[in-house]
Amino acid sequence: MPSEKILLLGVNHKTTPVEIREKIALSGGYEEPLAAMKNIQGLREYYLLSTCNRVELLLVTEAESNVEAAIVDFLFGGRVPRDECPQYLYMLYDKEAVHHLFMVAASLDSMVVGEAQILGQLKEAYRYAAHFGCTGPLLNKLLHKSFSVAKRVRTETAIGSSAVSISYAAVQLAKKIFGNLEDKNVLLVGAGEMAELAAEHLVGNGVGSVTVANRTLARAVDLAQCFKGKAVAMEELVAQLEHVDIIISSTGATEIILHKDEVKSVMRARMNRPLFFIDIAVPRDLDPRLNELDNVYLYDIDDLSSVVEVNKSERDKEAVKATRIVDEETLKFERWFLGLAVTPTIQALKEKMDGIVQLELDRTLARMPDVTDADRENLSRMVTAITAKILHDPLMYLKSESCAGRDNSDLKVTTVRELFGLQKGDNEKPS
Amino acid sequence: MEEINYLLFQSVLGITFIAAAAYLVFFVSQNKKIRKIARMILLVSGVLQTLHIASRFILAGHTPITSQHEAVVFFAWATTWAYLSFRWRYTVKNFGTFVSIFISCLLLISSLSSREFSPLLPALQSIWLPIHAGVSIIAYGFLSLAFCGGLMYLLQERELKSKKFGYFFSRFPSLDALDQLNNHCLTAGFVFLTLGIVTGSVWARQAWGTYWHWDPKETWSLITWFVYLVQLHQRYTVGWRGKRAAVMAIVGFASIVFTLWGVTYLLGGVHSYAK
Repeated sequence: MPSEKILLLGVNHKTTPVEIREKIALSGGYEEPLAAMKNIQGLREYYLLSTCNRVELLLVTEAESNVEAAIVDFLFGGRVPRDECPQYLYMLYDKEAVHHLFMVAASLDSMVVGEAQILGQLKEAYRYAAHFGCTGPLLNKLLHKSFSVAKRVRTETAIGSSAVSISYAAVQLAKKIFGNLEDKNVLLVGAGEMAELAAEHLVGNGVGSVTVANRTLARAVDLAQCFKGKAVAMEELVAQLEHVDIIISSTGATEIILHKDEVKSVMRARMNRPLFFIDIAVPRDLDPRLNELDNVYLYDIDDLSSVVEVNKSERDKEAVKATRIVDEETLKFERWFLGLAVTPTIQALKEKMDGIVQLELDRTLARMPDVTDADRENLSRMVTAITAKILHDPLMYLKSESCAGRDNSDLKVTTVRELFGLQKGDNEKPS
Repeated sequence: MEEINYLLFQSVLGITFIAAAAYLVFFVSQNKKIRKIARMILLVSGVLQTLHIASRFILAGHTPITSQHEAVVFFAWATTWAYLSFRWRYTVKNFGTFVSIFISCLLLISSLSSREFSPLLPALQSIWLPIHAGVSIIAYGFLSLAFCGGLMYLLQERELKSKKFGYFFSRFPSLDALDQLNNHCLTAGFVFLTLGIVTGSVWARQAWGTYWHWDPKETWSLITWFVYLVQLHQRYTVGWRGKRAAVMAIVGFASIVFTLWGVTYLLGGVHSYAK
């Protein structure tokens, strides 16, 4: 068995309500938490992913170490009572951990399945971890593998291109109206989950900036931070319409908050540049008559759902295909991981040498019929001794403790395996 | 030479139809390979049209733009090259289908009218003929692209507004792309149209001694010019874009069509084509 284990733990939008996630979302960037993790005993390699919807730690620890308690404390930082933690947290080991990571990278675990943004976030998180020297050979391999799995899923399935959800429909419509979304600005009115989702999807498609307007400004500021945008007060709504192009509204208001006349006057100031309103609030926030204005397009939740409905079965089919790819890649990685261990390598090395020696010995002896049994014995003892002496240094190299405190046995195993051509059980080269 | 000219015209007609058919197949199937082929065929058609006009120039001894047939052939030629030059800079999804059908229609109309050569009045024997007529026709080429774009815009806008997505929705480009196309084609077309009117009046001064003498065609050109002027002015000052710009492009085009045919048949004047 490998001398180390892979451990993944974290919280995401499925297991944890947003109030708890808010408490642990690491808004201060990656430097600080990564530095703090350096002090936790027993971690060989680690990496941290933090997005709006999830915080996940991926760790490589010694097989018999017990870091879980320390990590949970680190993650929740005492802000959540300790006995409540397990209900929010998922903790996965080895194969399950790898599988989960691949699912996340392939965007199958996302709120909007198939959205492309997560891969970028993963890469960014990895860049930080690698920059601070937190990753080692195993995590490097694992994360690079997750990138290629994501790529494979993207190219081999239509998960990224088929209509995935309402927010996907919103993006499709926005593209039909604006063509290029890069210089377009989004305004979120109200801070509902659905609106957040749609905005996330638009950002994933390259929208320029996000502004959040909310009745409670503090929530607006929080959400704006997620998108690196700015927050404005609800009173500025009409004034903001001059600067934004796509408006996603999801307030809990019972009245209509934006009337036709207000938008009409804004259109003059906008020089008739198109406005795309998405009203996902129930009851509706926006005057349905907005759609009558030239260059104004209004879609409410029912309009969007009717666009999406058609594509749902298609999407499910693609998700099944994508999951199969992830399963397959997990299995491949597991095989590689198990092959990494020192003991099997020693075993394989010895077997290979013994095999060669025995073969050559038999061949030579077959050509010398008049050798006595005693001589045979001597010859065989000699070649065994030669093998042992040749193998002595490679084996010592494999078994030796590294001096810098950091274990690099994976690297050694890889080296020895490559040097002696021991690639059994895995037909792909370790990168 | 006459046979060559005849053969060239027949092949232009045939090849342009094939191009339009290929573009239609692409429109239905969305197979990119077919689009590539369609483009190549249209390019060949453009080259053949040029050769055809050249051969007619040699036969007639002057720029072949004095009969109904010649003018429309010239119009088709200008539209083809305006589109090809335009495409060289950027693509608008499935625009080629509309344009190639439009060009086919023009060629079909030209094939129905008399192909006789008409002698040119001595007063019109001038270097200004190719300049004035050429520039005006190139303007028509660009403006008819704007017309095609305007039609597509209205179709697409209707689907987006009514929220019923039919056959065209996924095949059509974004509204923004169509609006920009409208803007570019109108701007280019307007510049050429202005040049056409200016060169025409310079030539009129040489031939008849006055810059402007309210010939019906001149009047209608001026009306067309004003339609486009209003649209461009409004776009840059108060932002007439989108649906209104598309409607204006279609109104302007209707005015062009009247200038080209209506004037000749209904009003007469020095610009009338020989019949």
